[in-house]
Amino acid sequence: MYTEKVMEHFKKPKHLREMKNPDSVGVVGNPNCGDIMHVYIKVGKKDGKEIIEDASVQTFGCVAAISTSDVVCDLAIGKTLEEAKKISKDDIIKELGSLPPIKIHCSVLAQDGLKKAIEDYEKKKNSK
Amino acid sequence: MRAYLDNGATTMAAPEVVKVVNEYFTDKYGNASSLHRLGQEAKEALENSREIIAKAINAEPKEIIFTSGGSESDNLAIKGAAYANKDGGNHIITTKIEHHAVENSFESLEKEGFKVTWLNVDKEGFVELEQLKKEITAKTILVSIIHANNEIGTVQDIEKIGRICKEKKVLFHTDAVQSFTKVPIDVKKMNIDLASFSAHKLHGPKGIGALYVKKGTKIKKMIDGGHQENELRAGTENIPGIAGFAKAVELVNEAELKKTAELRDYFVEKVLKEIPETILNGSRTKRLCNNASITFKYIEGEALLLRLDDKGISVSTGSACSSTELKPSHVLTAIGLPAAIAHGTTRFTLSRYTTKEELDYTFNVLKEEVAELRKMSPLWRK
Repeated sequence: MYTEKVMEHFKKPKHLREMKNPDSVGVVGNPNCGDIMHVYIKVGKKDGKEIIEDASVQTFGCVAAISTSDVVCDLAIGKTLEEAKKISKDDIIKELGSLPPIKIHCSVLAQDGLKKAIEDYEKKKNSK
Repeated sequence: MRAYLDNGATTMAAPEVVKVVNEYFTDKYGNASSLHRLGQEAKEALENSREIIAKAINAEPKEIIFTSGGSESDNLAIKGAAYANKDGGNHIITTKIEHHAVENSFESLEKEGFKVTWLNVDKEGFVELEQLKKEITAKTILVSIIHANNEIGTVQDIEKIGRICKEKKVLFHTDAVQSFTKVPIDVKKMNIDLASFSAHKLHGPKGIGALYVKKGTKIKKMIDGGHQENELRAGTENIPGIAGFAKAVELVNEAELKKTAELRDYFVEKVLKEIPETILNGSRTKRLCNNASITFKYIEGEALLLRLDDKGISVSTGSACSSTELKPSHVLTAIGLPAAIAHGTTRFTLSRYTTKEELDYTFNVLKEEVAELRKMSPLWRK
C-alpha cells in the first residue's frame, strides 16, 4: 500500500517532535479525518535573508500523515521563507514516490501548516 | 518473534483441516452429483459434513445450505427472505453495527423500495430490546441482528431477540460468522430462522460457509443452476471446503475457548493497567472469547498497526474492512465513540494457537510504540 520511502519516513521520522521556543506554530487538521498537525518553525538568517533554520511537526494521524510531516521539514529546512511557503502537495508526493489516492486529500496537510506558521510569523513581525 | 492477532479477519487453517482438504482435492475428488463410486464418496462426505454442522447448532441436516462464505450466506438470507416474503410487507429491521455484508444487503433492498429500520445500540454495543419490540409492525417481515460483533466482540442476547421475533411472527436472521463455535448456538431454543456461518474464522478453509434455513422458511435463491443444496444454491459442491469446514468444527473444544478467554483477559488487564488512557470497547463480560478491541487515545490506529507489523505483530484497526477508509468505523460511531478517539482503536483477536509469550511480546512492543506515537502527537498531554 505504501512505498518504501513512505515507510522509511514513518518508521524513523527525524522531525516528529515538539519544538521548545519556536518562532511560530501552524495548526491544521480535523480530528474527524484523524489528522491534526502542529508545525513548528525556527527562523534564522542567511545571506541577509530569513530562512527556516529548523522545523518540526507533531502529528496525530495515519502513516501518510506522519510521513508527509517529516518530508515537509526536510524540504523546508534551509529554504527562505518565500521558498518554503511554496512547498506544495505535489512536491511532497514527488519526494515520496507516491501515496494512495485516498490519503492525498485528507492526510497531506503539513505544507498548509508550514505556510500558516510562516504567515503568522510574518504577521507578528510586521505588527511589532 | 511473530504474533498473529488478527484472527477476527481470518485464521490459519488447522493442519488437521488441511489434511482433509487435500484428501478431497487429490484422492476423493468426485462430483457429489455423479453416480459412480468417486461421486458417491463425495456425496457421503457432503452429507456427513452437513450433519456435523447441523448438530453443532441443534438443527436438522436438511436445514444446512453450503455457500461460498459468510457474505454469500448473509446476502442469500436477507435478500432471499425479503424477496420471498414481500407479499407480507416491505419493512425490514437491522442494527447499526452489522458486518458490511448485512449492512450493504439492507442498503440494496432500501434502494429497491424496502423500508429499513436501523436499530441503535448502547455504549457496549447491545441492541435495545424495547426499541426492537416497538419497531416491529404488521408490515415487518425480517429482523437481522449480528450475534457477536466482528469489531468490538459484543455478544447479543439472541435468545431474547429470537423470542420477540417469534411472538411478533417475523423472520429472524443472525450473522453468526464470528460467534460460531465460540458462543453456543441452539437454533431451536433461540428461535432462529436463518443464520450465517463461515469456516475460515475457525481454522477452516476460506471460500466456504453455510446458511441455516429453518424448515418451512421461504427464501428466494440467488444462483440458478442445478438442484444442489435443496434447490437453494446451485453449483457443484465445494467438497474439499465442506469437509474441511466440518473438520474445523469438530476440532473446537471447550477447554481451548476457556484458555483463549483467559489469555485475552490477561492481555487486556495488562494493557489497561500499564498503558495510560486506554479503553476496552464493548462489554467486559458478554464478549467473544478471543476479542480485545482497545482504543489508545491520541494516536491513530493505522500508524500503530504498521508499527506493530514492522515488529512481526499482525492486528487490525477497528475492522479489517476499515483499513482503506478514512471514516471512523460505523460500529465505533454507533457505540458513541467520538471520531478522534475512534481512530485510535486497534483490534487484537486471538486463536487456539496464540501463546502467552506472543502476548507478552506484543504487550512490550505495544507499550513502546504507543509511547513513541504519542510523543509525536499534538493531542498527547504535555
